[in-house]
Amino acid sequence: MSKKTLIVIGNGMVGHHFLEQFVASPEAAEYEILVFGEEKQLAYDRVHLSEYFTGSTHADLAMGTADWYTGQGIKLQLNEPVTALERDQRMVTTPKGNYGYDELVLATGSFPFVPPIEGREHPHCFVYRTLDDLDAIRASAQDGKSGVVVGGGLLGLEAANALRSLGLQAHVVEFAPRLMPVQLDTDGGALLRHKIEELGVQVHTEKATTDIVEGENARLRMNFNDGSHLETDLIVFSAGIRPQDALARASGLEVGERGGIVVNDQCTTSDPHIHAIGECALWDQRIFGLVAPGYTMARTLASVLNSDRNAAFTGADMSTKLKLLGVDVGSIGDAHGQTPGARNIRFNDEQAGHYRRMVISADGKTLLGAILVGDNSHYDTLLQYALNGIALPSNPETLILPEGQGGAPTLGPDALPETASICSCHNVTKGDICGVIDAGCSDLAGVKAETKASTGCGGCTALLKNVVDNELEKRGVAVSKDLCEHFPYSRQDLFHLVKVNGIRTFRTLISQHGKGQGCDICKPVVGSILATCWNEHILATDHVPLQDTNDTFMANMQKNGTYSIVPRIPGGEITPDKLIVLGEVAKEYDLYTKITGGQRVDLFGATLSELPEIWEKLIAAGFETGHAYGKSLRTVKSCVGSTWCRYGVQDSVGMAIHLENRYKGLRAPHKVKMAVSGCTRECAEAQSKDFGVIATENGWNLYVCGNGGMRPRHADLFATDLSDEELIRTIDRVVMFYVRTADRLQRTSVWMENLEGGLDYLKKVILEDSLGICAELEEHMNGIADTYQCEWKTAVEDPEKRKRFREFVNLPEQKDPVQQWTTERGQRRPVLESA
Amino acid sequence: MKARTCWNAVCTVEDLVPESGIAVWTEDGPVAVFYLPHRLPALFAISHTDPFSGANVLARGITGDLKGEPVVASPLYKQHFNLITGVCLEDDSVRVKTYAVLLDGNRIVLETADKQREAVAA
Repeated sequence: MSKKTLIVIGNGMVGHHFLEQFVASPEAAEYEILVFGEEKQLAYDRVHLSEYFTGSTHADLAMGTADWYTGQGIKLQLNEPVTALERDQRMVTTPKGNYGYDELVLATGSFPFVPPIEGREHPHCFVYRTLDDLDAIRASAQDGKSGVVVGGGLLGLEAANALRSLGLQAHVVEFAPRLMPVQLDTDGGALLRHKIEELGVQVHTEKATTDIVEGENARLRMNFNDGSHLETDLIVFSAGIRPQDALARASGLEVGERGGIVVNDQCTTSDPHIHAIGECALWDQRIFGLVAPGYTMARTLASVLNSDRNAAFTGADMSTKLKLLGVDVGSIGDAHGQTPGARNIRFNDEQAGHYRRMVISADGKTLLGAILVGDNSHYDTLLQYALNGIALPSNPETLILPEGQGGAPTLGPDALPETASICSCHNVTKGDICGVIDAGCSDLAGVKAETKASTGCGGCTALLKNVVDNELEKRGVAVSKDLCEHFPYSRQDLFHLVKVNGIRTFRTLISQHGKGQGCDICKPVVGSILATCWNEHILATDHVPLQDTNDTFMANMQKNGTYSIVPRIPGGEITPDKLIVLGEVAKEYDLYTKITGGQRVDLFGATLSELPEIWEKLIAAGFETGHAYGKSLRTVKSCVGSTWCRYGVQDSVGMAIHLENRYKGLRAPHKVKMAVSGCTRECAEAQSKDFGVIATENGWNLYVCGNGGMRPRHADLFATDLSDEELIRTIDRVVMFYVRTADRLQRTSVWMENLEGGLDYLKKVILEDSLGICAELEEHMNGIADTYQCEWKTAVEDPEKRKRFREFVNLPEQKDPVQQWTTERGQRRPVLESA
Repeated sequence: MKARTCWNAVCTVEDLVPESGIAVWTEDGPVAVFYLPHRLPALFAISHTDPFSGANVLARGITGDLKGEPVVASPLYKQHFNLITGVCLEDDSVRVKTYAVLLDGNRIVLETADKQREAVAA
């Protein structure tokens, strides 16, 4: 029997999710599956589209791979829009041909609504939906200075953030009197506006654009109905979405008055062989413009096609929690209190920039909705109350009051019913999680792999961890925090043991608190702890065998066994004379030379025995070790600041040098990076660093726990308008608290995410001294700064330490025969062959 | 027939670094010698060449024990090698050459293939 044909039109997030669900079902074997995509790329994550401007590529955002499609036997035809649908003949037409179907799925999504404003076709007017749109915006931004987003909704603010990350002065023009009019009320909208204006985005509300004409000082000029105008180099329209229902409409399928393909609870259209899911579908007179309801429709349809009679889409929760331009915004259920008899509790702290509103049923027993701006830490608890109809406590206001004002009752994972939805993207309930744990899953990673929970938008990460930990604990599963087989302690425990008992060697520690001889896990950890606590030279006899090779030889080992050298260049500031020395040394030893991302110079290809000679020369010229090999402070990147830059408001280079000199050499659980920007344009990219400092008119804003690299994380704003002294003191405290409490190889970003209580807790410890340890943290940091020594200077002056740098101790002249070289682009590089 | 071997002094006790390794050059190529003073015997010698990268680096790895067996971790990709058998713990099909090593007075002596005598015998 020949197979039936299933055609899916549209390869977006929902279309892809449907395929994932369907191919895993029994009925998939009965079908040939054919997918048409209008865009040239494979389905990608539109929710995180703005990351395309901050380094993500299509591959990072892609939902699947071409190999996955091939492996599943799905025929994927991208860049091939469907132009006609003949329902009588069950056939679709593309520019390349006609294709018959037995079942058809429309997952055509939506298109951005562009208001009918005269001049909207100007080449520098854009929409914000596809990667092609973003490429066009990026090209236009290259020689522009400013950009306007028309529309102050969720997507509009995302777009504004994208413009900002392209270096443009961003404006948001909104027709309504406030931002995010659908999700927020007047007070919430006002606070959000205040916060994003602080970030340099200009907000213009109650503006209707009448026309767009050539500008005088910029490319374009927007005229508004109140007689005012705004000049800009480009315009992005983000004034809402419209369902992409053109095919359905042309083929006579039932569509809604204001658009949308009408579907029933089974996601089937007025034609029983045609189905629609996602933003193109109109269910109960509603369009769902979020990804989670689209996924739910996709799952429903997959079940329907498997003849599951119970499968039905019954609407979806439109609650949202997000970070817009770094500002937390949350909106739950009936946020505007439209339910008859609904009453409100509001908490508005203009000082801290927090706004919270609860909408409560007339009888005061259940939570109907909520609005949060500035701090989403209450979101998870409130959402669970609202979704599950959990009875509110007798003093419901405590749910949104700051902690310490009568003790906010947190809703522990135990209080959640089995049906509570933990991950709405993948529809995972607490019951599902308990199920996989009972079936043998014993850790968070396993639960995630098994249920897919927290792999969609990621908003439920913290809640999921709580639930999993709680369930594991209830089942008596002890989560092992042992460092390795030699120490039954975590890094934090060991730090405490070393500090309290005054232990100064690995041997003492392992004989008193561990067993065996140690290994490459525990030795470097203890080495780092000893260095932090006592700050002795890392090549002191007792410490040598504890170090990774990079620490032992104070250089970075490369793949052929040679090393690279990175001298410290504080703040990236270097005199021409010193630069010449670097060049001369590199030339003498034929070192491959490359500029690093941290504003330094990396010299590659030095052999072990050359290292001390090279360092003698560098030290004589005034260089110090750069600790590029250590789990310690790397660089403090800086922009040129107020000394030269016409925009700079503080001396960012001076501050960067000061910070680099203060924290250099401090041993930490992992490497630490910092940056200082001289103004809000943020040229030093401080928000991607562990510690980021951005100058303000009044001092410095401090951001903490950011990360670039493999798992990027924007740093959190920690304190504002600090004086020089306040800044140093705050960093001292956070650094030392991190060094004392983080796990092995845990960057500050992950440390923060795992810190119970997160950012708020850290603020309490550091800014309010809630643990009473700040004086001790500062004293410890002062002690380390006072006892700093350049490790290389000490090493080259000590003949015993220099002995370690012999390639072969019995034949000093013997060259390592495997180090073979060739020349590329005028420099020496290793011949890349492994044995 | 057992290959002909010979014992050669490669360095002195002063060259060793407790709990760590050093590299020496032999007729057989580069060899790593480890000195673990808390074990008996305390000396171990294996090839200095990391089989996974081809680089001569094993003497610069961190030593220790795993399940009681003495090991060194390659400083490049962190595989562990048993210092007695040379077997890689992560992939037992990979094994580095091991050498007998002894303390003779103040000298460290190593047993390697006797290339000269082999050449004569051939």
